[in-house]
Amino acid sequence: MSISKIKEQWFGNVRGDVLAGIVVALALIPEAIAFSIIAGVDPMVGLYASFCIAVVIAFVGGRPGMISGATGAMALLMITLVADHGIEYLLATTILTGILQILFGVFKLARFMKFIPRSVMVGFVNSLAILIFTSQFQHFVDETWIMYALVGLTLAIIYLFPLVTRAVPSTLVAIVVVSAIAISMNFGVRNVGDMGALTQSLPFFALPNIPLNLETLMIIMPYALALTIVGQLESLLTASIVDDMTDTDSDKNKESRGQGISNIVAGCFGGMAGCAMIGQSVINVKSGGNGRLSSLVSGIVLMFLIIVLGGVVVQIPMAALAGVMIMVSIGTFDWSSVRNLHRVPKTDASVMVVTVLTVVITHNLAYGVLAGVVLSMIFFAVKISKVRVLPLYVHEGRKKIYYIQGQLFFASVTDFLDSIDFKDDIDEVTIDLTESHLWDDSAIGALDNLETKFEQNGVTVHFKGLNGESSRLLNRLGGVSKSAGH
Amino acid sequence: MFKNILLATDGSEHSNRAIDQTLKMISPYKDQGHIELVYAVDGEKSKKDVLKYGDSHTATAKRKEKFLDTIQHIEGQGVKANISILHGEPSETLIEYANNGNYDCVVIGSRGRNKLQTLVLGSVSHKLVKYVKSPVVIIK
Repeated sequence: MSISKIKEQWFGNVRGDVLAGIVVALALIPEAIAFSIIAGVDPMVGLYASFCIAVVIAFVGGRPGMISGATGAMALLMITLVADHGIEYLLATTILTGILQILFGVFKLARFMKFIPRSVMVGFVNSLAILIFTSQFQHFVDETWIMYALVGLTLAIIYLFPLVTRAVPSTLVAIVVVSAIAISMNFGVRNVGDMGALTQSLPFFALPNIPLNLETLMIIMPYALALTIVGQLESLLTASIVDDMTDTDSDKNKESRGQGISNIVAGCFGGMAGCAMIGQSVINVKSGGNGRLSSLVSGIVLMFLIIVLGGVVVQIPMAALAGVMIMVSIGTFDWSSVRNLHRVPKTDASVMVVTVLTVVITHNLAYGVLAGVVLSMIFFAVKISKVRVLPLYVHEGRKKIYYIQGQLFFASVTDFLDSIDFKDDIDEVTIDLTESHLWDDSAIGALDNLETKFEQNGVTVHFKGLNGESSRLLNRLGGVSKSAGH
Repeated sequence: MFKNILLATDGSEHSNRAIDQTLKMISPYKDQGHIELVYAVDGEKSKKDVLKYGDSHTATAKRKEKFLDTIQHIEGQGVKANISILHGEPSETLIEYANNGNYDCVVIGSRGRNKLQTLVLGSVSHKLVKYVKSPVVIIK
């Protein structure tokens, strides 16, 4: 990359990037803490992750203007790992996820993202929103009406404050106001400090303290794979959104590698795996950030605020964070997908719903994506396996022509053969394949089968109209030897 | 005479009415007129469209496609037209775009899609009237 381009990406928009970076840092803190709590780890794990990832990705990312950090999607995948094996295994998984993501970028697998249908993406986003929402229920257990009132107040401020001014992020105002009320009135509601320790120090380098053996790998590999897929999915989706908002292109493979590098760094410095954040990136671009500087500033300001204000941060009531998370889930959910559910094709709608249900039942976003992709493939195979066969008698009923329309492959040959009448009393049959295409061994086999069956009844078979690729396949596989091409 | 016209649209009914009124306005000298439609995509719309269409390129193509009928409609009346798509907060980007170009006037419908926003924040059209340097025509 040329010097002038590097300079442009870093210093092309200093004022906008610095201001947007500060706004993003303020919005990152409550989310990083809340996502740590979802994952079941100390708030510092999420804060260190957001700090490391935001700083590292500023240098190695492929999409300037995008914000990455600890995210809900990733946190949701870690819950059982942390519960069963503890934080050290999470850090090891984070590093492994980073390595896998670098491989993803090196082998340029970003292009395979196109195999993930859009209805699966929408299902992914919706189920993410639902899981973030339901993960907040635990904070309401054994709480009094005060908790509900504070959450309500948080949400009211978040949604109504923008009507007064948009200069200050309304989530920040909500957190400050609700914290002030909770602290001054001494309600005794749970706060961030009750959920884990908050150390006011910079992260330090330490490799995870785990036995390096095959057993460990077997434990962390499935989690790392799920984190890799979900992380790349959300990061590349976010990159496309930032592409669109800024009307510029980005290097998706570089971004994949960058996500990997930043996760390795996060894992080495006590942070959990993260990825790009849709909401924060939108906030960043809207606040005027579009360069690499904004991500760097957001990470540094975040760490600075934690070190300086850590004592205050632990007193933030969980009610305020729960309110922010409910807002995040409402904002993440793709409401238009529900409004238009009756309008989109039934297959697309069911893929979306199955993706969501799989995630909600298994609590694993990766399973949902997998289920959605498999179901879409089945639907596609069913749709494309429809073959139309139009018979036509000629020569006073002594000859019959079958016009075949559609794709001939393993899923469609049964229907194709079923619609041919072998008992016809005729002399000659022509199979017109002009509007068809032979795809595989099964298709060739079906034509062979057809020819044999007709010849048993003394009927001559002709094939015509094979397109180039189909006849090459036919020659290669050596089927329909006698009459092909005539 | 308003020849080179910038017309801010969001694809809504109000915008379509603005187009028809503009055509009426310039009908005596329509062969000299040119209408540039301009559509601003904000952050939420970007998010929704990318989710819907997969990536930015497809989303851009689909947006242009959406305005093809409108352009045909205008050209069918004998007036040249094209569409420009901008990205960012609608009023800010529209004002900047309008002031950087050389337009005889800027036309906008009086009310876009979001009624609540108009009620509370003031409308895009009000901001345009205030900050655009060339004459602004608001179609009610």
